Amino acid sequence: MIEAARAIVRRDLLLALRRPSDVGTALLFFVIVASLFPLGIGAEPNLLRAVAPGVIWVAALLASMLCLSRLFAADHADGTLEQMLLGAAPLGMIVAAKVLAHWLVAGLPLVAIAPLIALQYDLPPALYGTLALSLLLGTPVLSLVGAIGAALTLGLRGGGVLLALLVLPLYVPVLIFGAGSVDMASAGLSPLGQLQLLGALLVVAAAFAPWAIAAALRISTE
Amino acid sequence: MSAAIRWFWFASPQTFFPLAGRIALACWAGAAVLAAAGLYVGFFVAPTDAQQGEAYRIIFIHVPAAWMSMFLYVVMAFWAALGLAFNTRLSSMMASAIAPTGAWMTFLALWTGALWGRPTWGAYWVWDARLTSELILLFLYLGFMALQAAIDDPRRANRAGALLAIVGVVNVPIIYFSVQWWNTLHQGASVSLTRAPSMASTMLAGMLLMALALWLYSIAASLTRVRCIIRERE
Amino acid sequence: MLEASNLDCRRGRRTLFRDLSFSLRRGELLRIAGANGSGKTSLLKILCGLLTPDAGEVRWRGEPIRQLREDFSRNLAYLGHAPAVKDDLTAAENLAFASKLAGAAAVPEFVQAALARYGIPADVPVRKLSQGQRRRAALARLPLSESVPLWLLDEPFAALDAHAARLTEALIAGHVARGHAVVFTTHQEADIGAAVLRVIELG
Repeated sequence: MIEAARAIVRRDLLLALRRPSDVGTALLFFVIVASLFPLGIGAEPNLLRAVAPGVIWVAALLASMLCLSRLFAADHADGTLEQMLLGAAPLGMIVAAKVLAHWLVAGLPLVAIAPLIALQYDLPPALYGTLALSLLLGTPVLSLVGAIGAALTLGLRGGGVLLALLVLPLYVPVLIFGAGSVDMASAGLSPLGQLQLLGALLVVAAAFAPWAIAAALRISTE
Repeated sequence: MSAAIRWFWFASPQTFFPLAGRIALACWAGAAVLAAAGLYVGFFVAPTDAQQGEAYRIIFIHVPAAWMSMFLYVVMAFWAALGLAFNTRLSSMMASAIAPTGAWMTFLALWTGALWGRPTWGAYWVWDARLTSELILLFLYLGFMALQAAIDDPRRANRAGALLAIVGVVNVPIIYFSVQWWNTLHQGASVSLTRAPSMASTMLAGMLLMALALWLYSIAASLTRVRCIIRERE
Repeated sequence: MLEASNLDCRRGRRTLFRDLSFSLRRGELLRIAGANGSGKTSLLKILCGLLTPDAGEVRWRGEPIRQLREDFSRNLAYLGHAPAVKDDLTAAENLAFASKLAGAAAVPEFVQAALARYGIPADVPVRKLSQGQRRRAALARLPLSESVPLWLLDEPFAALDAHAARLTEALIAGHVARGHAVVFTTHQEADIGAAVLRVIELG
């Protein structure tokens, strides 16, 4: 069982390695979106410092969502998704493996790049840790919840935009606590409460989302 | 017929069709009567508020609409879950029928909230906790409707919508809680439309009447819509 | 081993088949025949659990497959219409992954041997293979699935040259002779030699 899950993670990482443009696009999108805001709202340092946590979080959220529609679509098109539905491991575990691979490719790099964006916004370096930690806890939740949307919209017309409509309202708590934690830290208060809430969301999502995703996949492929 | 058999007898769309029509008619009538009563109380009987003047009267529509919007989402999720669990077509049809009414209630709450905000606080939109939650709820409703509209196969549409509704209903308390917290963090425009004027009993009566009126209206509208869906699909 | 009872299948407004029942015992070969669109693929998918029938159920060794889930999946090998190979991986990598996904270890020598039997270059990305080679790369799973009791094959002979077709027939016959069961669909006549062949005609 674990072998099957591990095989999936390894396979997806291998595929991402062979097509590095997929990974790069998400990162590039993250950087571009974050760079657009100062162009739109002006480069006043105090203003940028104040909006930095929110902007970085929204950009990360959008970048993570961009890769979601491809999570199951490629496998669905060439028939490998069917084989996963008939795999030797419970579908929830198989699906969790796919989401893990997706996060490693589309979520974790964002955590790594975020301090660079924070630099662009002149966010005090003391806050980098909180920012990175909030993204580290939050991006897996985004991947897990987003995967439910990806599974539900599998093969539908207008897939990408529909996926966004379904999934963005569900992203709101993660965004609020994620950006909020950095805001608390910048005000000199402890971000621990928000980070713990993010952690709680992660635990709940990790426990329940795989089964919802599995159910959604079965609904979409029947 | 025993109660159990009667349940399943009406679970068939064909037999439910005429029953739905009769209930809907009764509810339309009841809703009209209660709405007239509620609006009368709200606009003529309830006293003028010391701070907010006449403009506050819009809460007689705003608050009941907000209540209904949240209540309908739970009801919709309930019917959808039932349809998913027991594979009954009628339950799924009910869920699909309730969704547009719920969306309208949410829209009404947002719109009346804006109309209240303008004369009272000077802005059409204030990011207070309830309005923001209502906005997100509207997106949840629209997402449900959009998903069902995008799927051609009715069976997949029902089941996918049901899953989405269940995921949504589980998330609504989390979303609400997070938005509440967010609102306290960013005190900025520290206005709150939830800080309604202290309730005189007539005001409460007016709001309850309107709430009941909207409830009967929702039942009537949903049943009428479900009859359309039945006719379309069977 | 495998029992189908009172299966109904509807696609849109059409009823593909109704009240279909049959059982499959060890050492039996079942062919599902019928014109295009008669529901062969749907029936096969119902048998492996990918599709839920509108009525009726499928049982494996007495238990409904809906409850067995992966305990049933472990006992079957399904080859669908699509070759189920990733373009960016080599044939060997695809086959190894398919093995592990099915719960079997992927011994490299066996993988290479299976690919060699079908004459497929093992270390070339599947993207560069022809359609026929891709199809054979998918069929290369069969030699590795000798211990799997049930094979469900959707049009296994489609687009195959004579050599590959004979090889596949031999593999199927061997599998049945070992006491396992194979269900396959085809709209051509198929000659599998000495195996006990039952035919279900749809449409």
